[in-house]
Amino acid sequence: MARNGAVTWRRRTEKIESFDLSPSDTEEVHVLAVDDSHVDRKVIERLLRISSCKVTAVDSGRRALQFLGLDEEKESNGLDGLKVDLIITDYCMPGMTGYELLKKIKESSAFREIPVVIMSSENVLARIDRCLEEGAEDFIVKPVKLSDVKRIKDYMTRDFRVGERERGRGINKRKLRDSCDLSLSPPSILSSSSPSSQSQSPSLSPSILSATAPCSPSSLDSPTRRLKMTSSE
Amino acid sequence: MDVVNQLRRQFVDYYTSLHREGFVDDQFTQLQKLQDENSPDFVVEVASLFFEDCEKLINNMARALEQQQRVDFKQVDASVHQLKGSSSSIGAMRVKNVCIAFRSFCEAQNREGCLRCLQQVTHEYSLLKNKLQTLFRLEQQILAVGGSIPVVE
Repeated sequence: MARNGAVTWRRRTEKIESFDLSPSDTEEVHVLAVDDSHVDRKVIERLLRISSCKVTAVDSGRRALQFLGLDEEKESNGLDGLKVDLIITDYCMPGMTGYELLKKIKESSAFREIPVVIMSSENVLARIDRCLEEGAEDFIVKPVKLSDVKRIKDYMTRDFRVGERERGRGINKRKLRDSCDLSLSPPSILSSSSPSSQSQSPSLSPSILSATAPCSPSSLDSPTRRLKMTSSE
Repeated sequence: MDVVNQLRRQFVDYYTSLHREGFVDDQFTQLQKLQDENSPDFVVEVASLFFEDCEKLINNMARALEQQQRVDFKQVDASVHQLKGSSSSIGAMRVKNVCIAFRSFCEAQNREGCLRCLQQVTHEYSLLKNKLQTLFRLEQQILAVGGSIPVVE
């Protein structure tokens, strides 16, 4: 999978060479947050701002695509707008789900380099797996905490800085994810695991192979099919 | 100074009791920590959004459950799912727990069970609203006398 670090690096070189008088916060990460819940939008916005990110929060996948200039019905007006460095989206949304949004972004030549993080209140392995396979950078189980945002920002910031020096660094992250593979243990899940804590990846249950509908509020995911790893209450 | 300390102690006691009685969980504490001089009303604002959500969603559920002929349980469930999400994000533990039970009844298409949960969720929402309003009032009182709001772990 292509690395986002390369794009970031190019962008920063351009800025320097063109003596761009853009605001001094060229270092600041700009995050596009997508969530249909007003409460969640407010929380994620605050979490990101307190982590020194610029935030644009929208309430649907459609609006996210419009903001990026990818909406078919509206033509891009040619302006770059604010470059988006990360997209963080809820999974379960009416209209376009976070998964569908992820696919559209990864299908776009202009935006596929942007890392996409999925958030979901439901810890469904099949869902997580599907998102990671589609190119999601990470998967956060809600409720989102400051540590989740810090973690995401950390590897983004590292890419910013490192991107200038060694583009190859991105390979480490890919390796890390690949080694998790279908064992599906991104940090977010481990951090929100129940007392039956597992230092290695959880055992796979047959449910992983079953396809769930993109977003039905877990009507197909009965408790017995889920791993006993709900976020701590 | 004594007034400030008294109020601060009251706040801590009240906050602690909310936790102890399960009205709020750790997520609420997380949100308190996100409040600072740049965003001094953050928690109040999130709480307001949450209560708006509650009212809207509870109305949706009530309307859907009123249907005598055929209740659209998927619709009820969708609203409960949203309420569960919001309550989880703000740390409204009791509301969230009712939602969990509520969803089981939706899945089982049990109208009676759903109606009971609707009653419960309405009750818990109203209790929480009162509790949080009291907490916020205490905060205002502390600030009014020049004190700072304690951070309770």
